[in-house]
Amino acid sequence: MTQQSETQAAFMRALKQYGGILLSLVMLCVIFSFLNPRFMSVVNFMNILQQVAVVAIAAFGMTWVILLGEIDLSVGSIIAVAGMVGAQCFAFGLGFAPAIVITLLAGALMGMLNGVLTAKLLLPSFIVTVATMGIYRGMVSLPTNGAPAMIENATWTAIGTESFLGLPIIIWVVAVLFVVNHILLSKTSFGRRAYLTGGNREAAVYSGIKVDRLKITIFMISGVMAAISGVLLSSRLFSAQTNAGMSYELDAIAAAVLGGTSLAGGVGTMVGTLIGALIIGVMNNGMNMLSVPYFYQLIVKGLVILIAVWLDVRAKQAKR
Amino acid sequence: MHGSTTDTILEISDVTKSFGQVAALKSMRLKVRRGRVHTLLGENGAGKSTLMKILAGVHEATSGVITLDGRPYRPADPQDAAALGLAIVFQELSLCSNLTVAENILATREPRRFGFINDKALVAKARAIVADLGLPIDVSEKIGNLSIAQRQLVEIAKGLSHEAKVVILDEPTSSLSDSEAEILFEIITRLKQRGVAVIYISHRMEEIMRLSDDITVIRDGEYVSTHDRDDVTIEALIALMVGRRMDEIYPPRTHEQSAKTAPVLSIDSLTRDGEFDDISFDVRPGEILGFFGLVGSGRSEVMNALFGMKAATGTVRFEGQPVRFRSPAEAISRGIGFVTENRKEEGLVLSHSVGWNISMAALADFTGPLGFTRSRAEREAAAVEVGRLAIKTHSLDTPSGSLSGGNQQKIVLAKWLLTRPKVLILDEPTRGVDVGAKFEIYKIIRQLAAEGTAILLISSELPEVLGMSDRVVVMHEGGIGATLSGADLSPETIMAHATGFQS
Repeated sequence: MTQQSETQAAFMRALKQYGGILLSLVMLCVIFSFLNPRFMSVVNFMNILQQVAVVAIAAFGMTWVILLGEIDLSVGSIIAVAGMVGAQCFAFGLGFAPAIVITLLAGALMGMLNGVLTAKLLLPSFIVTVATMGIYRGMVSLPTNGAPAMIENATWTAIGTESFLGLPIIIWVVAVLFVVNHILLSKTSFGRRAYLTGGNREAAVYSGIKVDRLKITIFMISGVMAAISGVLLSSRLFSAQTNAGMSYELDAIAAAVLGGTSLAGGVGTMVGTLIGALIIGVMNNGMNMLSVPYFYQLIVKGLVILIAVWLDVRAKQAKR
Repeated sequence: MHGSTTDTILEISDVTKSFGQVAALKSMRLKVRRGRVHTLLGENGAGKSTLMKILAGVHEATSGVITLDGRPYRPADPQDAAALGLAIVFQELSLCSNLTVAENILATREPRRFGFINDKALVAKARAIVADLGLPIDVSEKIGNLSIAQRQLVEIAKGLSHEAKVVILDEPTSSLSDSEAEILFEIITRLKQRGVAVIYISHRMEEIMRLSDDITVIRDGEYVSTHDRDDVTIEALIALMVGRRMDEIYPPRTHEQSAKTAPVLSIDSLTRDGEFDDISFDVRPGEILGFFGLVGSGRSEVMNALFGMKAATGTVRFEGQPVRFRSPAEAISRGIGFVTENRKEEGLVLSHSVGWNISMAALADFTGPLGFTRSRAEREAAAVEVGRLAIKTHSLDTPSGSLSGGNQQKIVLAKWLLTRPKVLILDEPTRGVDVGAKFEIYKIIRQLAAEGTAILLISSELPEVLGMSDRVVVMHEGGIGATLSGADLSPETIMAHATGFQS
């Protein structure tokens, strides 16, 4: 009986925490299905999940960074670099396995640079990643002089196009990364240290948490997540594009913040971020189906983000 | 009657205040007279802050009547309260550190010319206010460059710069050294002479007995009694405040310190340029070594260096071995704990739960082989500490920021107890803590010492250092003035060494 009431309490807590944004998500779905009957279908939902995958994975990494009270604006550029690194590996005649390892390492390295500059040189991460956003974006064009690079490796392109056990592989990747990040954040001491450090850096230092190392590791996680996003994107496009992932960092930030991650640090969950990413995916997909011009989409997306965050902030204030 | 020293300026009758279901104030009464210092005495959570916030116009009373100078007093907001003649100096610092002293003192009422702030007039006006109060502060200095104590004085100047009939001082001396407190007491005397009424809130009994004319005790949101200072003793006041008798403020030693045990920690000529010079001392297991010194004497800096926060030259021996801690993590792993001076900045993560805060420094002990947090063991250990220290919290999941100051301090203590320290540094462990919680903290310190923990107790309160310590290191301007024990432990000798009037 206590077991049951405990589960009930946990459910109520989850409802309180995510009720607001879940409601936003459901409302968006209802509105779009009224406007377009084809919206409400399994096929379309699969579509949405695949479309949102790239942003969702980058947003998982972003959640870690924001949780720490930092920001990573370079993820869009890392997405593009990752695709190009993969393409160049194949151009050098490497197989799939070494190519993917090198690509993810490149992501980790770029994240590490962000982390070291932030933690060791004490530069604000906003400035560091604005700079590296430009540097990484520029580096994408180095091997091809700005031209896109074709990717013909069958395994690489299969990730974005084939299915496994009836589900697109891309959805499996998102699901696995969600579970891994969720467990890492909510069940391990590493995740706990991230929450504590984001909540009060000074207190964390005095309590023996190695804050610099934690920060660098978390920027590396963000880099690797962005690199995985880059792999997915390039495999869907069969090529590495120099402008791939442009401004995706803003969608990733929006997903995390919609999901309740506080820009002040210390607060946020992967579940919230996943829901936030879905909201962005549903909006993109729904408006595309209605053939809303791109510039209107931008305006509507901005407004929805403002309203959702405002509702969330208001609900949390009322609780106090 | 004509005498301006006896008539009532502020009267509070039957004021109540409820927050939802919770009654914070039940039938509060207070009568404050012109030119007198009226101390409001009560434990944290007794309702002092709520009452002050009603007077300041932050909260509105649920029922009851307040009159100021014979007229009904119902301020709409703090600015309204100031305009009606009530100035308040809050204990929480509310200054902008990137602005100058002058800009802070005159914030929102800067002298203007053609709509722009007139800098010259601003500085002149602020300088006049500061000079009038006799504060040794340069008004064009940025707040960020001032010490905590100086900021407190600026805060006071800001509050007093309004033409006030009633001035409320909420724990104004909590971060002042004795000499700085003297400046404040002079200001208070001057205010009294001008016929201003002062409502004074403090936990320091000696200070209260010295300054007050009238003392009102409140407990659990209710009025208890009002006394003339001359008719009452500290012991009686404490008994009224906590609602029980307290035989002694400082619990007695329960074991005898043996002088033969080898020191657990020995410091030899520890030096850091510009902060402290040639610091040497050692401490044995079970010993309470007090550190006394005026603000700025370098006590906290020494401890920060010892804890691996700052580099310093010299030798540190821990259990006989030379060590050099490069980070707090290293110091903690060897068995050093540090209850820092500012619990909100360096001690707690206020937004996170009591449980998370308690396990924070011992997280490695609750981590399984794959990095997973062993949360059941963690919660059980935290619950044990909550019980042992009698922390009043709704649950382990309550955000630590919602607890009272005394309970927050106990959480910080619990955090370090969980690391099983061999040496525990306590920097102002009872600052901003009410008398009841203070007594409990003293008992915990005694018990830890009895169990063999070496304690370094830093305090600005002389009675605390004297009441608790086996030996006392007196610091003066970054150096050690004297290490005193036994018969030398008297307030006079300690103060003489701390002020440098004796060598």
